[in-house]
Amino acid sequence: MTIGYFSTTASFRIISMISNLNNAAPKMAELGAGSMLLGDPAFNYQEHELNERLKRLYPAVNEEETPLPRSWSPKDKYSYIGLSQNNLRVHYKGHGKNHKDAASVRATHPIPAACGIYYFEVKIVSKGRDGYMGIGLSAQGVNMNRLPGWDKHSYGYHGDDGHSFCSSGTGQPYGPTFTTGDVIGCCVNLINNTCFYTKNGISLGVAFTDLPPNLYPTVGLQTPGEIVDANFGQQPFVFDIEDYMSEWRAKIHGMIARFPIGERLGEWQAVLQNMVSTYLVHHGYCATATAFARATETLIQEDQTSIKNRQRIQKLVLAGRVGEAIEATQQLYPGLLEHNSNLLFMLKCRQFVEMVNGTDSEVRCFSVRSPKSQDSYPGSPSLSPRHGATNPHLHSAGADSPTCSNGVTPPNKNKSHNKYPGVSSASSSSSSSPSSVNYSESNSTDSTKSQPHSGTSNQETRCVARQGFLLNLTWVLCSDSEMEIEAEHYTNGVAENSSTRIMNGTYKHQEILQAEDDSCASRQLCGGNQAATERMIQFGRELQGLNEQLCREYGKNATHKKMLQDAFSLLAYSDPWNCPVGQQLDPMQRENICSALNSAILESQNLPKQPPLMLAVGQATECVQLMARVRSGSCSFARVDSFLH
Amino acid sequence: MACLLEAPLRISVLSEVTATSRHYVDRLFHPDPQKVLQGVIDMKNAVIGNNKQKANLIVLGAVPRLLYLLQQGLSSSELKTEVLGSELRTEVLGSELRTEGVVVLGSELRTECVVLLGSELRTEGAVVLRTECVVVLGSLAMGTENNIKSLVDCHIIPALLQGLVCPDLIFIEACLRCLRTVFISPVTPVQLLYTDPTVIPHLMSLLSRSPRTQDYITQIFSHCCKTPEHQTVLFNHGAIQNIAPMLISLSYKVRMQALKCFSVLAYENTQVSMTLVNVLVDGDLLSQVFVRMLQRDLPIEMQLTAAKCLTYMCRAGAIRTDDRCIVLKTLPCLVRMCSKERLLEERVEGAETLAYLMEPDVELQRIASVTDHLVAMLADYFKYPSSVSAITDIKRLDHDLKHAHELRQAAFKLYASLGSNDEDIRKKITETENMMDRIVSGLSESSIKVRLAAVRCLHSLSRSVQQLRTSFHDHAVWKPLMKLLQNAPDEVLVMASSTLCNLLLEFSPSKEPILESGVVELLCSLTQSDSPALRVNGIWALMNMAFQADQKVKGEIVRALGTEQLFRLLSDPDTNVLMKTLGLLRNLLSTRPHIDQIMSSHGKQIMQAVTLILEGEHSIEVKEQTLCILANIADGNTAKELIMTNDDILQKIKYYMGHSNAKLQLAATFCISNLIWNEEGSEADAMTGCQERQDKLRELGFVDILHKLTQALDPNLCERAKTAMQHYLA
Repeated sequence: MTIGYFSTTASFRIISMISNLNNAAPKMAELGAGSMLLGDPAFNYQEHELNERLKRLYPAVNEEETPLPRSWSPKDKYSYIGLSQNNLRVHYKGHGKNHKDAASVRATHPIPAACGIYYFEVKIVSKGRDGYMGIGLSAQGVNMNRLPGWDKHSYGYHGDDGHSFCSSGTGQPYGPTFTTGDVIGCCVNLINNTCFYTKNGISLGVAFTDLPPNLYPTVGLQTPGEIVDANFGQQPFVFDIEDYMSEWRAKIHGMIARFPIGERLGEWQAVLQNMVSTYLVHHGYCATATAFARATETLIQEDQTSIKNRQRIQKLVLAGRVGEAIEATQQLYPGLLEHNSNLLFMLKCRQFVEMVNGTDSEVRCFSVRSPKSQDSYPGSPSLSPRHGATNPHLHSAGADSPTCSNGVTPPNKNKSHNKYPGVSSASSSSSSSPSSVNYSESNSTDSTKSQPHSGTSNQETRCVARQGFLLNLTWVLCSDSEMEIEAEHYTNGVAENSSTRIMNGTYKHQEILQAEDDSCASRQLCGGNQAATERMIQFGRELQGLNEQLCREYGKNATHKKMLQDAFSLLAYSDPWNCPVGQQLDPMQRENICSALNSAILESQNLPKQPPLMLAVGQATECVQLMARVRSGSCSFARVDSFLH
Repeated sequence: MACLLEAPLRISVLSEVTATSRHYVDRLFHPDPQKVLQGVIDMKNAVIGNNKQKANLIVLGAVPRLLYLLQQGLSSSELKTEVLGSELRTEVLGSELRTEGVVVLGSELRTECVVLLGSELRTEGAVVLRTECVVVLGSLAMGTENNIKSLVDCHIIPALLQGLVCPDLIFIEACLRCLRTVFISPVTPVQLLYTDPTVIPHLMSLLSRSPRTQDYITQIFSHCCKTPEHQTVLFNHGAIQNIAPMLISLSYKVRMQALKCFSVLAYENTQVSMTLVNVLVDGDLLSQVFVRMLQRDLPIEMQLTAAKCLTYMCRAGAIRTDDRCIVLKTLPCLVRMCSKERLLEERVEGAETLAYLMEPDVELQRIASVTDHLVAMLADYFKYPSSVSAITDIKRLDHDLKHAHELRQAAFKLYASLGSNDEDIRKKITETENMMDRIVSGLSESSIKVRLAAVRCLHSLSRSVQQLRTSFHDHAVWKPLMKLLQNAPDEVLVMASSTLCNLLLEFSPSKEPILESGVVELLCSLTQSDSPALRVNGIWALMNMAFQADQKVKGEIVRALGTEQLFRLLSDPDTNVLMKTLGLLRNLLSTRPHIDQIMSSHGKQIMQAVTLILEGEHSIEVKEQTLCILANIADGNTAKELIMTNDDILQKIKYYMGHSNAKLQLAATFCISNLIWNEEGSEADAMTGCQERQDKLRELGFVDILHKLTQALDPNLCERAKTAMQHYLA
């Protein structure tokens, strides 16, 4: 019977290896952090497969913070232990006279809580003289001159008697004995802090409960000839751990979905409706918001005209008619831009870019083809943030152009009537990351931090039920008493993060780009109009002047300088759309400034500058990450993205 | 009108019959077809979720009228044209319907409304009326069991089956839905599905019509497949090919019903199982599809049913017991179903299925015994109703009580299966907390299912010498066992007497007290049973009892059994009975004084019986056993003469010494060897007897045969022959 198992397993492995070989090559480029690059191609291959499997099994683990165990540690072992085969094979090299000759080895890293469920297997290559082998877990610092399980914070399952040892010299009857040829698995459930073992793919049931955190996979040997091989994911496991994980994933999801709200049903409904409503209002979906409010009999805080005004201004910005947008803002919200010079400067910079683009009304009026009153905005993105993860292509397009030091006129103080008063600097690489366009409050660290979220944070919100999940999630996560104190602190961080995120209108849609490409041939500077070009140059000077004025008033501002440089650099190229800083001309770049303006207006009206829905998503995301840090294993199966469809 | 409610209920219902209920029925008899239709629709809205109304209408005879309208609609196209009219449709489609739906509550409401809304959109009047009639009937069927009985008695089933011939899908679905409701009720005789041989093939052809027809038809099949004959009928009409594609349907309901249907079809059916294993669904083997359904994040119902399918296929020999899908998937899944987290019903089914899966395979028993602490997990099955539930929650107590018996019997079955072969597992089971006490109390439970399972478990454990010597004796299990043997049903008796056989083994310390409790009479009565299994067990127990027993016990056995019965058993058609009877004889005829005593009183009959068996057409084993009896007789002092004076027997012995089968040769040689035995220090007259026998046997040519046998290939035989020759020389 036992022999039967292994022959099957072996053949299964071979098949999976072959199938993996086929796609190994292209994926090699993606090798993550922590991979050791050795010359041996077979090893590289195994390393690659290990990375793939670990990524799949433990997607919530951030290996930069908490690396996963990948081999036995050559430093954390007793001298009677020998390691070989990339530190995966363990053999005994002591005298093995009595229990005083026992020796153990720990893995390189402790098991991260974010695994949720962690699993490794050990194959008994040889039982040696007596087969006194122990497989288990131990905390750092536990004596290595012992078998796992004998000491405090040490746990083991022993092959000679099949007993489990829970921090004690005397074992409890647990499972069958094991010997040469057997594969013993050890699974740590970090959600309920239990552990069970498997033998040849069969679960033997819970062995330990109330496990402490930060345990290391550990094996111990005691007599000569004992050899065991570890599998931390290098090979497919004999036990179907993914099936076990799927059960827990379903459990956690069920728990969230069925989170009892009891008497508070009405309260919750009101909150949810409010969230939807505020989201709609925030983005200026006036008609939808009104309809929603009517249907749910809720009130909208902001009055209709105000929403419509904001909607109008946003539309103008998104259409590239920034000049008009500034005008409208000054007219409708007097004092707003005057008090927020950073925003004004950003807008003006954008206006300049749009002039280059030929879309701003100040240059557009010279053009015959488009009257100012036109109501359709070709090429502009739609108002609402869309789904879609950040498109790596677009990012790399910008990042791949490190310099733009063409023969450009020297910078600054250039008061001549140069046709191309471009300001350039050798180092002005254009970072295309949308979040790099920061507006006043947000600092640059926030923007990089928020980058990974951009895919999820702008998810849209049609479905009330979905928000229900999110809310549930937030509440469930927050109800964990352990974290409440800290959570408060983090909430602030979220708020700042998400403020950046709202601007991240990552409209990386292929269709839009294509639309642009089509019109590419006919694109000319300022729409190809001479007068417009002159107006643009004049505007550029004004902008320069504004910058200098701001410098005098508030001191130097690197961000402004960079913005200005980038904008002016456009003029240095004969085809600005296809130059290293051409990214700026992309209509999608309007969104950041658009949402910044929108937030500023809302703030000036004493309304929240970001919709509570986004705040909730941000909080939930942060919460899940926090759970990993406070070692709550369920975070692994409660990921926010699995609730955003 | 066919009013078939039980009498007391009828009175109470009749007393509440209101004028409105009567009004509904009266409208069905209106001459204007349009009014009739409206009447049916109103009736439909009135009965949804209202059991009292349903009962009223049945009492008032709505059912035959509805069936009449249904069948009229099917036959006449006249009604169709009359009722047709846009007026009607607008009326029906009115908002009335939707608001009505919201007001009425009840579990069936939603499904009913779906059909309802669907049916409203029909354009043809006749179909509309027929569909409405069926919907009302379906609604009535959703009520109490009495409703179903009334409907069945009104011959609703043939009428609805007739309706399935109609091409209209909505109508077919309504019929099927109603049929489903009727057939899944325990009061409906399933045979009604099979009376018309055209029904099953037609249902098969309807399977492709829509997910709903799939759902309903497979439900009907699952509930109406109760015997191997039913399985064969469905199989022969292509159930497997027709249902297999449904396993990958987009609808969970359809997948689940198809799976259930397969579990019913495959149960103890080799033909179905062998076919299933080769079926491909979308390029995958069916077993792989089932394994995917064992995934842990799927609903428990699906996992459990898929595990059942695989179990049945395995037991039928279609899947090997060491196949990965059994060892690593099905078995662990079933063990999980036994865990505390599962519902009581699921735990019962899980345990029973698991017991069935591993019953014949010791390796699976070994694996199960170490999986997830199964042996300890099962101990929890005995803790219902728990003391907590009694105090805190009446509802829970009721639930627990209802399942307590089922749980206990399932656990006993599983323990029985686990411990049927492996000594270590038996030890593990008996060491489980209070296990022996639980078995002992299980033996005297009121539920026969529990008693049977408990005795099965005890039987399984009684195969262990060690347990017989220790725990069985410590807990005096023989007492409740003996009690159980008094007037229990046959199936319990078989198990109990089989267990008793083991308890009567010579090394069992329980043997003595059992003997003293007057078991002999009981066992002798068992040997007169009609059931061969009981006869075997009875005589087997007597045989065990007689082994190395003292004269008193042997005498008691012979007396209680009576020679007549003994000889009846020797001509029993069941070989097992014959073998054990011979075994009993052999045990009775051991040690010289016993042999002489029994032979002196029953010698004649015994010799007759022996002759008869040796002449008859019997297996080698039977003849060998018989020759051994002769050998025993030959060992007696006086009994010897019964053989020596019987030339016929001596010729037979001679014949068997030259037989081609070494076992028979050996037994016969044994017999001769006993006859010529020359015992040193015996009395003189015995000596002379010996000499005479030797002379006679020489005359008959036995010496030559013995001489020949000393050259035999079989070492035992050779040795025996040599010893016998030595006695000649002495």
